[in-house]
Amino acid sequence: MEHHLVLRVAAKLLIPPILLFALYVQFHGDFGPGGGFQAGVIFGAGCILYGVVFGVDNLQRVVPAGVVRVLSAAGVLLYAGVGVWSLLSGGNYLDYGVLAADRVHGQHLGIMLVELGVGTTVSAVMIGLFYGFTSLRP
Amino acid sequence: MSATAVMAHLPALAVVVPLMTAPLTVLVNRPALVWRLATLSCLLTFAVAVGLLARVLELGPFVYEIGGWAAPWGIEYRIDAFNAYVVLVVTGVSAVAMPFARRSVEREVERDRAYLLYCAWMLALTGLVGIAVTGDLFNVFVFLEISSLATYVLVSMGRGRAAPLAALRYLVVGTVGATFFLIGVGLLYEMTGSLNMADLAARIPPIADSRVVHAGFVFIVLGLALKAALFPLHAWLPGAYGAAPSAVTAFLAGTATKVAIYALLRVVFTVFGARFAFGTMAFDVLLVPLALAGILVASAVAVFQQDLKRMLAYSSVAQIGYMLLGAGLVSEAGLTGGIVHMFNHALAKTALFLALGCIAYRVGTVTVASMAGLGRRMPWTMAAFVLGGLSLVGVPLTAGFVSKWYLVQAALERDLWWVAAIVLFASVLALIYTGRVAEAAYFRPAVPGGLPDRAREAPLSMLVPVWLLVGLNFYFGIDAALSAGVAGEAARGLLGGVS
Repeated sequence: MEHHLVLRVAAKLLIPPILLFALYVQFHGDFGPGGGFQAGVIFGAGCILYGVVFGVDNLQRVVPAGVVRVLSAAGVLLYAGVGVWSLLSGGNYLDYGVLAADRVHGQHLGIMLVELGVGTTVSAVMIGLFYGFTSLRP
Repeated sequence: MSATAVMAHLPALAVVVPLMTAPLTVLVNRPALVWRLATLSCLLTFAVAVGLLARVLELGPFVYEIGGWAAPWGIEYRIDAFNAYVVLVVTGVSAVAMPFARRSVEREVERDRAYLLYCAWMLALTGLVGIAVTGDLFNVFVFLEISSLATYVLVSMGRGRAAPLAALRYLVVGTVGATFFLIGVGLLYEMTGSLNMADLAARIPPIADSRVVHAGFVFIVLGLALKAALFPLHAWLPGAYGAAPSAVTAFLAGTATKVAIYALLRVVFTVFGARFAFGTMAFDVLLVPLALAGILVASAVAVFQQDLKRMLAYSSVAQIGYMLLGAGLVSEAGLTGGIVHMFNHALAKTALFLALGCIAYRVGTVTVASMAGLGRRMPWTMAAFVLGGLSLVGVPLTAGFVSKWYLVQAALERDLWWVAAIVLFASVLALIYTGRVAEAAYFRPAVPGGLPDRAREAPLSMLVPVWLLVGLNFYFGIDAALSAGVAGEAARGLLGGVS
């Protein structure tokens, strides 16, 4: 894509706001529409746009395949781990209320961590799928 | 946490233990270590299942609120004798097949992809247990997708070019099934505003005349029948079982279709109720003939299969017919027979598929021709295969006899002597298709150069799980107090609606 100058410049301009918007959707998720899944998709899409325009090798230097694998597992572990944390704190599984002294505060904390787990796994799996398809040799 | 606190959280733990193991296997990513982790997790989940069953038998049905949100708004896990029994079967099969898997997977799956197999296995276990424990219809769909997606991955990891294609076919059919199920759940939600099974059971009767509810019933039943491989919706099953790695086939044969049958029975009996399903919708008019046709056709097709994995797969289609026949008879004896057959068939078929896994490990191919003379080269494996086959046939003193006894009894109770005759005739067919293998193994001389030199007795780590299951086949054939007793309680619970 060396000669697609407009595409390269536009992508360079767009990618940082895309990633930033993903973080906004992620952390605004417990007050308004949004959440981990949407944020993960947007973040993953931003990374994939970079990979499409500037080459998979460049993207792999930013997010190596090994990191993608670890992140996709870590997100699930974070989600399930929050549930276990609430079990250990004396509540039912995924009862966020017991995670902090104040129940409302606990709900905020729990939902934020769980959505962070979802976002991590979704974006990592998106990038992983992109790597999977680009590594196919016809 | 104290022991009583752990007991209270058992329903959640049954799902969480395998769910947590799955990402850990990816993080660890060293085949030997991953296998140990997965085995430990399978045994732990089985222990949780034993605890669940013991608690249900002691205290009766109980409810667990996920996140502390009360039903019908929150998701509740509702444990009674039926689903505790199913969870016991699923986790038990997994706990026996996983120790077996190490050597088998080493031979059949590339080393750098083995951790993915264990990860998918744990996710499949998560989904299957989840379907069984949950009391929320939409949650059933979520777990159905988790288990199905993991199963497609497992099937695609088989050797040869057939595996990805079989997985794709399974994916297409499975997706149709899951979509139908979801459409049905959507229709019910539209009419009742609820997804909780117990709540739905109370809200459906007043609107049971509604065409939308009828359509919802049909979509849900059709979707689950596809996943359960009810004849004639079974076409995906022989390909998927035949192509998957040996250990995976053994795991799936004992669990996947049984959980789908569980979900089908749960929806038909608990959510819609026997009166609506068999009275208004006349479901048995369709179910009994299809079950009988499945028993006959699939058994007959199994007789002519050369590939033994496919032969046993067709036999599974026939056995699914037995389980659903029991449900179609709508009586306590019939349901007991159908439910206890889930247990007994899991014992017999897993033992048989594991024995085939031993043969695949040593010989490579599992066709009737490659069995010639194997009785001398692998005496323990072949003996296990024959004994497991006897249980499949339903010879007295084996577990298979117990379930057929109940089914025949239920058929005669309703003066359906021809149903009883078909059940017995199909047993003869089962004798023929397992007998062919025994005949080849014991009475046909080995073709010179036909068997590879490494075709000697299978390693102990593979033989022990096989013989454990064979032993259980005889144990539960002689003392069916546990297997048939709990199945009877489950059947009474289903016929009595939600307790």
